Amino acid sequence: MNKRLLVLLSVLLAVSMLLPACGPAPYECTDAIGCVTVAPGEPIHLAYAMVISGPDETLGIDSRTGVEVAIALKGKLLGHDISLTGEDDGCSAEGGQAAGTKLAADPTIIAVFGTSCSSAARVAVPLLSQAGFVIISASNTAPDLTRAGDPNNHPGYLRTAHNDEVQGAAAAQFAYEKMGVRKAATIHDGSLYAESLQAVFAKTFQELGGEITTQEAVDPNATDFKSVLTSIAAGGPEFIYLPIFVKAGSLITRQAKEVPGLESVYLMGADGMFSPDVVEGAGEQVEGLFVSSPDLAAFSADYQTVFLPKYKELAGVDEPVSIFHAHAFDAANIIFAAIEKVAVQDEDGTLHIPRQALRDAVYATKDFAGLTGNLTCTPTGDCADPKIAVYEYHVGEYPPERIWP
Amino acid sequence: MDSPSSSPWKQPLQAGVIAGAVSVLLSLVGMVATFKDRFIISGVFSMGQVIFLAPILLMAYSLLRRTAPQSRQQVILSGLFTGLVGGVVLAALVVIGKNVDLQAMFVNSSPILHNILTFNQPLVPGLLILIAICMVMGVLASGIVLLPQRVATAIIQGVSWILLIGLMRDLIITVTSRWGPLAGLVRLFFANSGLKPLGAILLFALIAGLNYWRSGRPAPVVKPAQTKERPLIYYAKWIGLGVLLLLLPPILGIFFSDILDTVFMYILMGIGLNIVVGFAGLLDLGYVAFFAIGAYTMGVLTSPELNADPMTYWQALPFAMIACVVSGMILGLPVLKMRGDYLAIVTLGFGEIVRLLALSDWLRPWFGGSQGIQLIAQPTIGNFVLNTQQELYYLFLLGVGIVAFIAWRLRDSRMGRTWMALREDEDVAIAMGINHVATKLMAFATGALFSGIAGTIFAAKLQSVYPHSMNFLVSINVLSLIIIGGMGSIPGVFVGSLVLMGSPELLREFAEYRYLVYGALLVVMMLTRPEGLWPDARRRLELHEEELEKEAQELADAESAATETTK
Amino acid sequence: MLRTWRQRITATDIVIWTIGIAIAVMVVYGSAKTLALGKYTTETWIDLAITGLALGGVYALIALGYTLVYGILRMINFAHSEVFMSGPFTAAFAADALVRLGWWNRFPVLSLLIVLAISAGVSALIAILVERIAYRPLRNAPRLVPLITAIGASFFLQYTFRGLYGSGLKGYPEMDIFKGFWMIAGIRVFKTQAAAIIGAIILMLILYAIVQRTKMGKAMRSVSEDKEVAALMGIDVNRTIATTFALGGAAAGLAGILYLLLFPVAHFYMGFFPGLKAFTAAVLGGIGNVPGAFLGAMVLGLLESVGPSLFLDGLGIPAAYQLKDAIAFTILVFILIFRPSGILGERLTQAKA
Repeated sequence: MNKRLLVLLSVLLAVSMLLPACGPAPYECTDAIGCVTVAPGEPIHLAYAMVISGPDETLGIDSRTGVEVAIALKGKLLGHDISLTGEDDGCSAEGGQAAGTKLAADPTIIAVFGTSCSSAARVAVPLLSQAGFVIISASNTAPDLTRAGDPNNHPGYLRTAHNDEVQGAAAAQFAYEKMGVRKAATIHDGSLYAESLQAVFAKTFQELGGEITTQEAVDPNATDFKSVLTSIAAGGPEFIYLPIFVKAGSLITRQAKEVPGLESVYLMGADGMFSPDVVEGAGEQVEGLFVSSPDLAAFSADYQTVFLPKYKELAGVDEPVSIFHAHAFDAANIIFAAIEKVAVQDEDGTLHIPRQALRDAVYATKDFAGLTGNLTCTPTGDCADPKIAVYEYHVGEYPPERIWP
Repeated sequence: MDSPSSSPWKQPLQAGVIAGAVSVLLSLVGMVATFKDRFIISGVFSMGQVIFLAPILLMAYSLLRRTAPQSRQQVILSGLFTGLVGGVVLAALVVIGKNVDLQAMFVNSSPILHNILTFNQPLVPGLLILIAICMVMGVLASGIVLLPQRVATAIIQGVSWILLIGLMRDLIITVTSRWGPLAGLVRLFFANSGLKPLGAILLFALIAGLNYWRSGRPAPVVKPAQTKERPLIYYAKWIGLGVLLLLLPPILGIFFSDILDTVFMYILMGIGLNIVVGFAGLLDLGYVAFFAIGAYTMGVLTSPELNADPMTYWQALPFAMIACVVSGMILGLPVLKMRGDYLAIVTLGFGEIVRLLALSDWLRPWFGGSQGIQLIAQPTIGNFVLNTQQELYYLFLLGVGIVAFIAWRLRDSRMGRTWMALREDEDVAIAMGINHVATKLMAFATGALFSGIAGTIFAAKLQSVYPHSMNFLVSINVLSLIIIGGMGSIPGVFVGSLVLMGSPELLREFAEYRYLVYGALLVVMMLTRPEGLWPDARRRLELHEEELEKEAQELADAESAATETTK
Repeated sequence: MLRTWRQRITATDIVIWTIGIAIAVMVVYGSAKTLALGKYTTETWIDLAITGLALGGVYALIALGYTLVYGILRMINFAHSEVFMSGPFTAAFAADALVRLGWWNRFPVLSLLIVLAISAGVSALIAILVERIAYRPLRNAPRLVPLITAIGASFFLQYTFRGLYGSGLKGYPEMDIFKGFWMIAGIRVFKTQAAAIIGAIILMLILYAIVQRTKMGKAMRSVSEDKEVAALMGIDVNRTIATTFALGGAAAGLAGILYLLLFPVAHFYMGFFPGLKAFTAAVLGGIGNVPGAFLGAMVLGLLESVGPSLFLDGLGIPAAYQLKDAIAFTILVFILIFRPSGILGERLTQAKA
């Protein structure tokens, strides 16, 4: 058959094209967990595992844009393009496993940005760690992920997000010391993030001498919160801490003022509610809503002048849709710096990146001038410069006004 | 729509408008812009372009196929006109978008989109190019229609495969990267995004050529299956399949093993739900409840977090199974008298109740609340711990094997026939002396058991359970897969699960548009094969008596034709 | 007498009754303890009840779409929740435009009519499209097949609207005429809540009149009885079914505006949960029955709002509102145990399950 001959010939041709590529390699990899080789003209392959579909997607899409901005501003890294591919972590354990497995199977990946959610991290990080990647998350805040000796702490995992313990405690201090309230209630939405934040808040607030009247929980997809607020009002709190997400958070903000007994209560969210969507969603009732967030005033000036314009251009939006884009940007730049530090470059432009050395370099990050502050990574992987500030929303204004400390 | 007497331009106009509208929708949804840099053939055309041009090509093609045989000129002209109309509609989008602030409402009506649609040219020449290319699409469609069937099929196959391979570039490279020298060979065809132009041409020639060559051979004569004497080859096929199943994880690598794990987990659940819905006809929308009960029982008993004296996987398994059977009966009792959709909503409610209880702060000391349960034990065989997805695959395989065998035996048992009698007509079945209480409870309990087993392996696979994993969508997925596979059909569950659970994983290429494509696929699949992909023989008979007769007739014709040619 | 009665009771009946009675005892005991605790005042209970009724009104209008379609095709239109989402999400943009034009508070009635018309129109259009593309070709397919196309259509619509309008929240501007509250007999009623309850009742009555009194409604009812006979009688079955979908869709679109009055935030995911609740309400009331849908929705709204405080607070269960859906579904089971065809449902013993 002529066609078969053709097939055979084309295979032979292909193989002969392949052979010259296997020339002698002068670089010898001595790294404990292997090296990545990037041929000339090929991009440096980074990946993300973030939630990009479903109800929590703004969180992931926002951080992904942060990474994309970093890549766009960097242009070329050691003469190579940077490519970013990724997976949806679904903000869930099984989504994390699927994403982690997929990424772990690709040996060209050097570092992974993610995950978006701590539940996904607990399953995905071991897989990615095993594959030898550096994993750096911009929005995992669960304390156990970077607690020394914890089974959920894995080598190669770092984060630029602040630990829940920092933020929850700051919120309690703000409530007790600045606002002078003594009775507070908390609301969480059954998510890992909200539940652990409110627990830290309640603990700190009680240690300071305050009283927690109720610890309620709501369904994040519900829309009517008047009933639950009415039941909270019965305890007579002066302050309600609701470290939940935008959708339920803005509806609660809207409805709280209409509940008898809560007309003058203070409401406070966490960084999950630092979003223009809150201004849009809560309407006029947004006035006076507090949120804790990484301190934007401590952010470098580049945030306004360089980062935001590029972000808006790339994402095609007026305002960032969530709060962790700057952390993601810093995470990306930490990785770039570490790659520049450890990569070995052949004369023809081929890059060799030893994986363990890269990890060591990332862990050794010290006084890194990022957007979110001066970052120094601890041996367990906490890189955040945890300055928490409290902001107050005003009608139709975004970002909100910084009021504390 | 099919009135040939009306103006010859009417149909192409309609088709063009519909095609243009679909393209506009896909553009506004954002798919065109998102995939602008995702090349199918590197540097030549991107997935974004495919997305807005394909509707025009497809619509023109289906229009021309539908209409009665026409002269060559007519076909080309209607194709051209369809393309023109489609192009004008798309051009209108650009013109409007440039002049009106559509972006306040449609977030994707951005300059980026306009640049793609005008091929990065200034407005007027860009629009002309756009319309011209759309017209070329129309002509291409008519070209395919005019070509001899055999050539046309070869070209269609070639193009579809190129699209698919270009789209799946990352996946193909990931999988083949494990295959040593072959990996280098595969890499040769691909650029950093999509196929290399030369590689694409080579592949196209290969696929189209092969297809052309193959279609030239006479079709093999299908012999009706002989039930009595099964030749050795019949068994060899099954043994081969079995060996292949055993070898899959090392061949495919961990990523595909993970997908296979998911597929098999859903097969396990599908077989169970198939008993409840397919055999016994009880519509259950809360099937996830038993999955959750299985997973949580495993978690509670084996996790050192909640338990001072944790069990191993195998010790806890019987307890989980008992818990599932008992809860299946508890659900089954109150719903005995309910039918159809009342049953559906109560079971749905049951699923939600289980999830909410697992999530609640109230039961947190026992079930972990929103923090879930971690450190769940993994199954061991001797001293060997099954902990990677590749190893757990064998556990799933074993589970599916046992469960499928049980289901298969049950179907043809007395119980199976009772279920079906109940499904067909409950009143008559009861009148015939069937104990509907025992029968229904048995169906619920068996279904619950299978789902619970899937839950225990799920818990072991993730080593953790969270209430968020136990949502309504799981129930919907299981129900969808048994209907897509073919209700009441056990092989259907396998096929349905492979298609339904495999495809979203493969559709990850579409990133945030995954569920959009998935939803469209569900609709298309059901519209084209309402009886399912692998329907139960008995059901098929009921649904398609006429078609089957016709098919049989055709088969007979083909056979007689074949015997004639051999003479 | 006693003997025959005893013979008719089987072991299963005993178990079922035990479950029913257990639920009833829990409810009564919990309520009694809550009331004895006296944590809430009478006003609080009335506030909760009004909140529940307003929510129930919205559910009722959505439930109507399920019930109408069910009545005529005997199928659950799962895509109805997305039909519900499409209208108000689009109308929120129209409202924004009206605010920018300065009409919003200057011509409130006109603005409201425009917004209502857009919402109802878009929802009706989507409903018709779904019927035409996903259901009509499958009219003679097995019963569960359209359920799957409905789910597919639901995914498709959700993510299409996400793509079109973005994934963020879209605020719905408040109207001055709906701000504040009225005091009625010492009870504080928010104007939005009153509008939602009254609007739902009026719309429900209009739609009921359409189904019961008009020629179109008659055609719908006859198609729901028997498609073939209706066709023989000269009724265009396809058209009647399309009209039913349009009517259900329009009701959902109107419900959407009431929903936005109460909860002024639109987003692409807003349909799923209200849709599920409305479906539950339709079943609770007796599916296929229009007054039943209304009653079921009101009961469900009340249960969600009052239930957790009333039943669970007294039992000392923390975070009671997390369990509000669990309560609603438990009560649903309880009602269906004693009335297997819903509160107002006819005894459908002959209907094919």
